[in-house]
Amino acid sequence: MKVISLKDVKENVKNVVQKANFELNEDVINVIKESMEKEESPEGKAVFDQLLENAEIARKEKLGLCQDTGLAVFFVELGEEIQFKKEDGLESLSQAINEGVREGYKEGYLRKSVVEDPLRRKNTGDNTPAFIHWELVPGDKFKVTFMAKGGGAENMSAIRMLAPAAGQKGIEDFVVETVDSAGPNPCPPIIVGVGIGGNFETSALLAKKALLRRPLGSHHSDPFYADMEKRLLERINKLGIGPQGIGGRITALAVHIEVFPCHIASLPVAVNIQCHSHRLLTFEL
Amino acid sequence: MAVWKLTTPLTDEDIEKLRIGDQVYITGTIYTGRDAAHKKLVELIEANKPLPFDVKGQIIYYVGPTPARPGKPVGSAGPTTSYRMDSYAPYLYALGIKATIGKGARSEEVKEALKKYKAVYLGAVGGAGALISKRIIKSEIVAYPELGPEAIRKMEVKDFPVIVINDMYGGDLFLEGKKKYHVE
Repeated sequence: MKVISLKDVKENVKNVVQKANFELNEDVINVIKESMEKEESPEGKAVFDQLLENAEIARKEKLGLCQDTGLAVFFVELGEEIQFKKEDGLESLSQAINEGVREGYKEGYLRKSVVEDPLRRKNTGDNTPAFIHWELVPGDKFKVTFMAKGGGAENMSAIRMLAPAAGQKGIEDFVVETVDSAGPNPCPPIIVGVGIGGNFETSALLAKKALLRRPLGSHHSDPFYADMEKRLLERINKLGIGPQGIGGRITALAVHIEVFPCHIASLPVAVNIQCHSHRLLTFEL
Repeated sequence: MAVWKLTTPLTDEDIEKLRIGDQVYITGTIYTGRDAAHKKLVELIEANKPLPFDVKGQIIYYVGPTPARPGKPVGSAGPTTSYRMDSYAPYLYALGIKATIGKGARSEEVKEALKKYKAVYLGAVGGAGALISKRIIKSEIVAYPELGPEAIRKMEVKDFPVIVINDMYGGDLFLEGKKKYHVE
């Protein structure tokens, strides 16, 4: 049986929360560069230039790519055959992850953006709790993907329970409407995660999981949904919102769709908006 | 589109010459504030109590920076989404705030306030907080330290780059820009 030390988990978490916030992934930079070529607006191109320069400075100086260093969101693929070893006062996997967030956000001079109660709103001071999604998998795989998810783009996300009759058109119209009404708010050029099917809560999770796909801009393995992704990106980029909303050809960098079986009465769709500062990093133990 | 260099505090004459799409470089003192600080400021205004800084001619930058590394004035410091301050902004424009800096669109009420009080809404590039921090040479907390990243800071900036999104004449760069590139 594979044994993983909770201390190793904590140390890795502490490392990825910082690295993800300082270094924009190569696939994201590539898509930004490709999209910049297609941008017709000179002001829009200037925004792209600044985003690339920003990424350079953040990487070199270990500064947050964005001041909103996000909620710490984790997707954990947890092998059923793994045993975790308690160490350094760490008693559970969830505690190890939270401790990694606490130490990483402090050590990396990252912003603490969590309030402990939604209405009374006192900052927790250490960016915990982490938002952890667990998936049990067979075997001894232990894969952790961290996403720093900012509030501005997250706030523009939406979910709707469509009737099955709404079909493909209903889905596509809802996605485009969601992006259109978000306008300049979520820091375009954005990335659009779409979850189709499942039930109320799983569609939202699917939309977020769609954002995890790498490289950014790669398509769904099912040609039907790959086509839908291409068509949606084209429609979104006709809106004219442009980089930062000041007008331009590129409103979105990519559209990723994930799907799941659903009830005979339902057609849930969720849209999770992500900003261009797509901070994502994975480690495996 | 013109390019302007402005020094704070701003005057009516400064505001009158600004049009949407203009590039502006700001030098001088600006104040920061986001959701939690705005709530407190407006509570003071409604209770007829003095504000923690003199707002006349000043600029409020909607930002909650990352903590500064040792020896640096500030951490990453890009704009936050402005609509969350829409319900508070008209109170501050009424008292003499001449400009706010953020990202994203403003409400009709805010745009009306800009016309009424001769003021502007300026846009900084969202998600470029590391780059923007280079134009901030000093930063100190002047109110509500208990709010952490949401405390009010007084910043000294040099050639801080912004674009005029809404001017005092009712212009809206977001609407104009979108119209220009929209394809049916």
